[in-house]
Formats: sequence, C-alpha cells, structure tokens
Amino acid sequence: MPRVARAPSPARRCHRSLQRTGKAALALLVLLAILTACGRLPPPPVHPFLQEPFPEKLSDWHLFVGQSPRLQPNQRVIPYDLNTPLFSDYASKYRFVWMPPGTSASYRDDGVFDFPVGTVLAKSFAFPVDGNPGKNEERLIETRLLVHSKTGWIGLPYIWNESQTEAHLDLAPDPVPIRYTDSAGTRHDFTYFIPNANECKQCHENNHAVLPIGPKGRNLNKNFVYADGPANQLAYWTKFGYLQRAPAADQAPKVAAWNDPDAGTLDARARAYLDNNCAHCHQPGGTAGYTGIDLRVTDTGLRTFGVCKSPNSSGRVGTLSYDLVPGHPEQSILLARMTSIRPKEMMPQIGRSVVHEEGVALIRDWIQAMPVDDAACARNPSHPVPGARSRKPGL
Amino acid sequence: MNRSGVSFLAVLTLTLGCLGLTGCTRPTAANFEKRLQEQLINAKPGDVIELPEGKFHLDRTLSLTADKVTIRGKGMDKTILSFAGQKEGASGLLVKANDFTAEDFAIEDTAGDGLTVQAADGVIVRRVRVEWTRGPNTANGPYAIYPTQCKNVLVEDSIARGASDAGFYIGQSDNVVLRRNRSEYNVDGYEVENAEHVDVYDNIAAHNSGGIGVFNLPDLPKQGGQHVRVFRNQVYENNTPNFAPKSLGPIYYLPTGTGVYIMAIHDVEEFQNRIHDNNTTNVYVIDYSTALSAPIKDTRFRPFTDHIYLHDNEISGGDKSPDVRLDGVKALMQVGGGSLPDILYDGVVDPKIAAGKKGQNPGQVCLSNNGAPTFLNLDAANGFKHPRNDLKAYDCSLPPLEAVKIPQVVEGSDKATAGGQ
Ligand code: HEC
Ligand code: HEC
Repeated sequence: MPRVARAPSPARRCHRSLQRTGKAALALLVLLAILTACGRLPPPPVHPFLQEPFPEKLSDWHLFVGQSPRLQPNQRVIPYDLNTPLFSDYASKYRFVWMPPGTSASYRDDGVFDFPVGTVLAKSFAFPVDGNPGKNEERLIETRLLVHSKTGWIGLPYIWNESQTEAHLDLAPDPVPIRYTDSAGTRHDFTYFIPNANECKQCHENNHAVLPIGPKGRNLNKNFVYADGPANQLAYWTKFGYLQRAPAADQAPKVAAWNDPDAGTLDARARAYLDNNCAHCHQPGGTAGYTGIDLRVTDTGLRTFGVCKSPNSSGRVGTLSYDLVPGHPEQSILLARMTSIRPKEMMPQIGRSVVHEEGVALIRDWIQAMPVDDAACARNPSHPVPGARSRKPGL
Repeated sequence: MNRSGVSFLAVLTLTLGCLGLTGCTRPTAANFEKRLQEQLINAKPGDVIELPEGKFHLDRTLSLTADKVTIRGKGMDKTILSFAGQKEGASGLLVKANDFTAEDFAIEDTAGDGLTVQAADGVIVRRVRVEWTRGPNTANGPYAIYPTQCKNVLVEDSIARGASDAGFYIGQSDNVVLRRNRSEYNVDGYEVENAEHVDVYDNIAAHNSGGIGVFNLPDLPKQGGQHVRVFRNQVYENNTPNFAPKSLGPIYYLPTGTGVYIMAIHDVEEFQNRIHDNNTTNVYVIDYSTALSAPIKDTRFRPFTDHIYLHDNEISGGDKSPDVRLDGVKALMQVGGGSLPDILYDGVVDPKIAAGKKGQNPGQVCLSNNGAPTFLNLDAANGFKHPRNDLKAYDCSLPPLEAVKIPQVVEGSDKATAGGQ
C-alpha cells in the first residue's frame, strides 16, 4: 500500500519535529528553536483516513501526542477499559476511541454500540522490557486500528519500530520474539504472532461484516481513572458527547470482571471470560458458528456450550469425546483446547501463543463445580427406537 | 524453507507482482510467505494470483477474504506449499470469500485442515492436491479439501491423501458437484455431511478406511442434509486401518473396510458405482442410533435413514476381514452368524412412518439390480432378534433424483467424462 504524500501543514511539521527529538539526533539548538516556535500551538487534531490509501505511519493519524511509549491521547481521544478483556499472551493493552466532532455512538443493550462513520478505535499491545523486572518499563509492539469507513469497518495493524518512535502499517506482520521476567520472577520466552489484516476478520467478522467487539454496554460498564479523576465509562462517554441513549450505569447490564471474585459468581465470571475470549468466533455468523457451540454470555443455559456434544469439526485433543462434560474438566475438550498451545488444538487458534493459566484455572473450577451428570453424556433416553443397545457397531 | 526445492527464479516470479508496503525488496526465500500473504490481503475482485513453480515452506495459515479471486499454480506437482512444522493457525489456506477459484497447486503437511473454504457462494477447486506426505497418521490434519457452509461448489480433478478424517469433505453446504477426484489413504474418502443437493460422480475412493459417506449429524447449525447422488464412482479396497483420533467423534467409529455408507438421511441415490473388496462391508445403510451411542440432544435432528435408492451398482468382495477393533462389529458378526454381507442394513424405520405398515418396507429403502450381493438386515430395532437375508423385500425403485445444477458446470458436460483420473 503506497504511503500518502501530502505537504505537511506548519503545525504538522512542528509536531513531527517534536517526535523526532526522540532520536536524539537533533542539536539542542534546534530543539530549543522548535520548542519556542511550537510551544503554544495545540497539537493538530486527529486525522481520520476513511479509505485507501491508509497512511503508512501511525503518527499521521494524530491519535497520540508526545513521545511514545506513553501513548498520550490527543484531544478527543478517550482511553477506555473493559470488565473482561481478551487474553493476548499477557500483553498490556491500551484502548482508545475517537469520533468525529459532532457525532456520537448509539447505545445498545445487547451487542456493540452503533458507531458513526469516521470512528477510530485503537488498541495497543506492549510487553515489559527485558532486564528491568519491576521497573514497569514497556515496549510497544503493535497498535491495531479499527476504522469505520463508509463501506464498513477496516482493521489496520501498525507495528512499532525498535526505537519506539513510530509504528508502520504492515498488513502481514512478522512474528516478534518476546522475552522478559515478570514481577513474580517468572521468565517469559515465546514468539508473539501479530495477526495479519485478514486474520482480524476471523475474530471481528460476523455474517461477512467486520465489527468492533469490546465496546458493548455490559463490558464498558465500569469505572476508569481519567486524567480528571475516576468516572463510570458509560457516564463519561455520555457526558463527553460520545454516547447517546445510554441508561444510568446502575441500570445498564454489566458483565463480571473475570478475575475479581467480588465482581461475580464463579459461573458469571466464567461466562464473562468465554464471552470475551471465545464468543466472537463461537456464535451464529461467527467464524466458528458452524461448529454449533455458542459461547456468548447472553445465553444463560448450558445447552449451547457443548455439553455432551461430540466435536463435529476439526478439533481434536487426545482421546476426549465431548466439548463439555459437567463436573469433569479433565474430560472436557473446551478446557483441553484452552490448555494446549499446539496449532491445531489450541483455542483460540490465532492471537495466542502461551497458555492463560489463570483463565484455564477459572474455566476448570467452573466445569468442576457443575453438578456431575454422567448419565447425560452416556446414553440417550429420548430416542424413540426401542431396544437399548450397548455395543454399537460404529458409524 | 525447503532450500533444495526453491529456485531463485521461482521466487522472483512471485515478487514481480509484489505489492509490498515498503516496495519490492530483494526477493528472498524467506519473504515468500509474507509477500504471498500481502498479495492475498491486497487482492481485488478479478485478481489472479499466480504461484510460481517450486516448493515453498510456510509457517502460518494463509488467508483470503476478497471475493472473485483466483489462486493458480503451475501444477499440483510443481507448485507446492508445504506447511510442515506449521507454527500458527491450523489450516493451510483459509478462504472466506465468494467466487473463489483454486487451481493447479498442492498444499502439504498442514497442522490442521488443508484447504478450508467457509461460507462462500461460488467455489471452484480444480487440480489441487492436498496431502500429508508421511501417509496415514493420527497426527495428520482432519480434512484435506474442506468447504463448509458454502453454496455452489465445484471440486474436480483433485487429489487428497492422508487426512485423519476425510479427504474431501462437503459440510453444511448446498449445491455441490464433486467429480473426477481421487481420494486415497485417508480415513474417509469423501464425506457429505449435513449437505443438500450434492452430486458425487466419477471419483475414485481407494485405500482409505471408508470410501464415501453420506450422512447427517446432530448439533450442527445446518440440519436436514438430503438429496445426494453418488454415481459412477470406483470405491475399492478401503482397508487402511482407521487412524482417526478418538476426539474427532463419529469418524473414529467408522469400521475399517467400509465401502459406501449412508446414515441419518433421506433422499439418497447411489448407482453405477463399482464397490468392491472393502473388507468389512461394501454398503452400510444405518440409523444414527444403531451406529453411535452419543446422545441426541438436538431436537431438530432426525436419526433415521429412508428414501434410499441403490441400484445398478457392481458390488463384490466384502467381508474379507471385518474390523474387529470395534466391539460393535464383532457383535454384528455374531448377529450375522460369523460373517458380514456386502450390504448391511440395520432395518430401523422411523416409528412414525412404520406405524401400521409392518413388513412393507415403509422406509422405502430400495436395493435393486446390484448383481448378487450378500445382504443382511440386522433387525436392530428389535434388539437384533431376527436378522434376515430378505434382500427381495427391498427390490423396489424410487423416482430418480434430479441432477444438481451449479453455475460452474454447463449442463450435460458431465456426460462426456469417464471415470476417475
Ligand atoms: C483472536 C481474535 C482477534 C483477532 C485475531 C483480532 N482481534 Fe481485535 N479484538 C478482539 C477482541 C476479543 C477484542 C475486544 C476485547 C479486548 O479489547 O480485549 C478486540 C478489540 C480490538 C480493538 C478495540 C475495539 C474493539 O473492537 O473492541 C481494535 C481496534 C482491534 N481489536 C483491532 C484488531 C485488528 C486491526 C486486528 C487484526 C490486525 C485484530 N483486532 C485481530 C479479538 C481479536
Ligand atoms: C478465531 C476464532 C476462534 C476463537 C476466538 C475461538 N475459537 Fe474455538 N473454534 C474455532 C473454529 C474455527 C473451530 C472449528 C475448527 C476446530 O475445531 O479447530 C473451533 C472449535 C472449537 C471447539 C470444538 C467445537 C465443536 O463442537 O466442534 C471448542 C470446544 C472450542 N473451539 C473452544 C473454544 C474456546 C474455549 C475458546 C476461547 C478460549 C475458543 N474456542 C475461541 C474458532 C475460534
């Protein structure tokens, strides 16, 4: 994709120069000159690109100001967080939303908000810098954009350079080796696979339409500590003019925080986890809709979760027979696939390289706590043909 | 990268058309994968992506989402995409796009499925080979050529080998023609699962564990597969020991040495096939609940098998060495007095249909003019109490099913071709 070549405005040039100081390539004199010249100028506003060609540099969008890796949002760019996020190899994630002036999203009780054309959603992924455990220093790997163009949402992966001064659009990014020791002293060493621009759709597409996943009322309904103090996100978006028709926070649905025992029952937290880690594919119209298991939190029963269901699809793990066996996590393919990191077994099969130990523990506890009903998976009392047969001849 | 197989020239051909963001960097073997994936991402309707000759190693699933794109190689033995040791994703090529055409290349040794096409209207797979090169192995991917939830699909002149479920799988799809393909050394040669309006003809199914299966399973979004014609195929010596992993569900229970099988479906016509030397049984017509013990929770699912018309097939040489790995097969052999027939029918009829029509073949299973096959009706509905060899009771005919019409096949063109590759 060719880069856009436009004559930068003075403000823009100024902003660029500021960024370049990160390279320490400029003399102090030049730096001073720039600061004096630019000091009072506001940063240029967000520049949305709603059709091809998309800019090759993330900085051309003006979503962030100042120096990375702090990712300080530009004016009208609001950071947000989710009650239960997607697990991505323990990466830190920073999410932001921007809408064109004068526009706003419409609240929906169920599902993602109706965002206006021009909306830009950004999500950045960072890992701790190696050799500095406890110092909280991070390296940005990628910033993903979802842009609401006139013809629908488009996903764009921007990859940060080594010096952390710029991220470049790369539609088929190379894998990145990740190595660090976390604050608990655990060593992490793996290859991080950045989804390519087609792979975005495997998770974000439903019935051939690309959609955001996170910004739903139930997942945004929580407090966030903004620069001007903590506030409920639904209320803050409404006050800011980004959201219409949202109910008061205590009236709106709220999905449990998967890792906070005070936030919900084991059942509620497990369902929240599956909703945000699996259901974007595992629902009708999703990539895995054809398997017939539906992991959305909006379903209350267990029926759609694959109880005593043989996997009809390509999934395989050892000698297990059913997706979900109540009371028997060790027999449940659903858990086994979360525990695996082998390409053909693991779930999700993209966007994850390491096991989410805490997520696995949650789902294990959840399945363990279900009332055992061995008979349910063993026979079929409802079948109308008489003569229960114990030894089946096979298919 | 398989160095031995990569010619510099080959890589150059691909990168000549490269649309890389940073311009076309010097072509190296290592960026073949990245460049190809970029081409697939940037593809526009009408594009033809030409793959050069050579064997290329890829680490990750390739994906295509743009409509009306053709991917064309230089031949199924000349352009080889090898995924041996695949690091990410399960499929080789994953397509979610309408009017897709794949021609003249091979996909080898993927972690999971070979060529997956999902929810597409308009698919052509032509002269494509998908293979696991180590031969039958439980760790091979399940499906070689794998369209699901598609419409208007043509798969022809292609080859599948080594799949641990099915070489050619047509799932939850509508309007499909599978012709002149060769499927061998897979667990199942061809599977038509929860699909309707499917024609399977002039194919070879040999040396799999089972040849051609036509059936429905519960719990899939699309139920009610029906209207399947299987004709002029050669289905022989499907005696490779079943190597499906147990977790794959029903396929694990496919007896080695099954020729064609029909389960939980209505409106199936199979004719002019040569079905021989499949060591358990050549033809297996069976109710879902006879075959499998998995519970049925899906209220939409109908386990019965009826309106089946098998005629004018050449059937011979079953029961050479039934698959005693399965206790159930041993049990059947006892029912059959120590052996199994060419045509095995469980005799189960939907009680709703059977009510008041005892003995009149109410399920309309017609087995006629198939030479002189041995036959056994298991009487499974009555606890296998009265198994019998009453083939005559099933000598009847049903109206022929209509040919499947898809835009990719000009009407009548199928008549000109003769059996297999
Ligand atoms: C493995 C599934 C998966 C893949 C692949 C994926 N995403 Fe997402 N993405 C999610 C989920 C789930 C969320 C919401 C939860 C969260 O943010 O933690 C999300 C959130 C986002 C967001 C924030 C807005 C939103 O929708 O919630 C952006 C922007 C985004 N993704 C862009 C991309 C782009 C661009 C790509 C491809 C380069 C991509 N994603 C690939 C699953 C995926
Ligand atoms: C990127 C899309 C995607 C995501 C995200 C995803 N899956 Fe899957 N899943 C699939 C596909 C496609 C299949 C069918 C092919 C296969 O079995 O590998 C599948 C199959 C399965 C199956 C077998 C279902 C059956 O009955 O055949 C289970 C169980 C499963 N996934 C569990 C999960 C869990 C648990 C998560 C979340 C931790 C998850 N998946 C996330 C795409 C996804």
